[in-house]
Amino acid sequence: MRHLLSTEDLSLQNAIRILDTAEEMAAVGEREVKKLPALRGRTVVNLFFEDSTRTRISFEAAAKRLSADVINFAAKGSSVSKGESLKDTAQTLAAMGADAVVIRHWASGAPHRLAATDWIDAAVINAGDGTHEHPTQALLDAFTMRRHWAKLAGIPSTGADLQGMRVAIAGDVLHSRVARSNVWLLRTLGAEVTLVAPPTLLPIGVEKWPCTVSFDLDETLAKGVDAMMMLRVQGERMNASFFPTTREYSRRWGFDDNRLRALDTLGLKDTIIMHPGPMNRGLEISSAAADSPRSTVLAQVRNGVSIRMAALYLLLSGETREPAASSHAANPNATYSHQESH
Amino acid sequence: MLTRVVLNQADIDRALTRIAHEILEANKGSQDLVLLGIPRRGYPLAVRLAAKIAAADPTVDAAAIVGQLDVTMFRDDLSHQPTRPPYPTQLPRTGIDNKVVVLIDDVLYSGRTIRAALDALIDLGRPRIVRLAVLIDRGHRELPIRADHVGKNLPTSSSEKVRVRLEETDSVDGVPVNEVVIEATA
Repeated sequence: MRHLLSTEDLSLQNAIRILDTAEEMAAVGEREVKKLPALRGRTVVNLFFEDSTRTRISFEAAAKRLSADVINFAAKGSSVSKGESLKDTAQTLAAMGADAVVIRHWASGAPHRLAATDWIDAAVINAGDGTHEHPTQALLDAFTMRRHWAKLAGIPSTGADLQGMRVAIAGDVLHSRVARSNVWLLRTLGAEVTLVAPPTLLPIGVEKWPCTVSFDLDETLAKGVDAMMMLRVQGERMNASFFPTTREYSRRWGFDDNRLRALDTLGLKDTIIMHPGPMNRGLEISSAAADSPRSTVLAQVRNGVSIRMAALYLLLSGETREPAASSHAANPNATYSHQESH
Repeated sequence: MLTRVVLNQADIDRALTRIAHEILEANKGSQDLVLLGIPRRGYPLAVRLAAKIAAADPTVDAAAIVGQLDVTMFRDDLSHQPTRPPYPTQLPRTGIDNKVVVLIDDVLYSGRTIRAALDALIDLGRPRIVRLAVLIDRGHRELPIRADHVGKNLPTSSSEKVRVRLEETDSVDGVPVNEVVIEATA
């Protein structure tokens, strides 16, 4: 793996590898010294063209726990607001010696552009591009689900997949990169995904996605769901009327107190409620649901740091690309195979 | 490829029995002992040693003194090697603070793994004493590190490879396990 751009082209093997590595990273958070020296001397740039608190902080915490140096770059207050192009920004970062670029951009495909060109020779991690993908969010969701699913099955989560798990994703699918990334990744891991949304909030071509689509949340719940993921209603991206009123949205597609009670009456005692945050309490999720023992919202935030540590470690720890490393490797006394590293 | 068996199953077992008794002798008993195996093959060796220590001293619960210490993230060659996935670190319930920790690995070579293990250990707690037990010491040290307990000192050339194949980690049909072989790579 050279970059982490999308979950659509992530193989099962690589997905499991990231999740398993994250399991080991999670253990570091429980230690006295919450730091590993693995990425000492490496520089990670957080390049954020769009507002984000939790994703940026999560990446920053992950990089710092691996001892990397972190440079935060927010488009607001930088030369981007003076009209600098992505190419010039990237070349500037390359000249400063960035080893990894974590990029969030309002334009779908910006991270792919950065990875495909020779503007910068660094690992690129997509931290959300437009309405396209948000792979680390999907990975942390899958990590949270896998821990739950493995616990129910009584097996260790390391090495496991999500075979047979029924996942429903409800809300603003049209604007949600989280939903897209989750659909691809969960399919790869063997889960059955149902998207639940009003027809106005579903993208064109959704019928070709590897999932089922429903317009009725109660009907989906009645069929049985193991993980219920609510998506944020993205007011800032809505330039048209997608539903009549927020009250109607909340009643038909929000996870309210009645639906929380319905989980018990339907006998779904192990169903978890997920939300990628930030939550609009009272709109897509009620406070009672968000704070119930079923809610994994805070676990998702915690797991996000582990997943991002795993991604940074796997992308940055391999052989360095500088020619300086090859002279070292040419000396037979200095090379050890994996089996023979004594 | 020329391969030569240097330790067979019985040799490994005898060496481990001796090391188990040496550990007890050096520690004047079993109090505060913790055995930490370094993945992958150090861990099964630690489990075997703990069983032998428990056999020699019935007050010892073998499962309660053995653990695994992953050193991957502390290596000094991370940027010169293909990416290695980390293994789990599992400490005994009693922790390692004020304990006598014996690090256990299969082969001692450059000493760099043990350097990484010492760093990893210090991030986890503060043992009273740290000792090192290895099945094979093949020489060619690159750091000032030595083992306290050695199964066999094996003079080798650095062009040779020493392979330890254990039942727990290397069970593939047709390949003999529980033996140590030297492979000459010309």
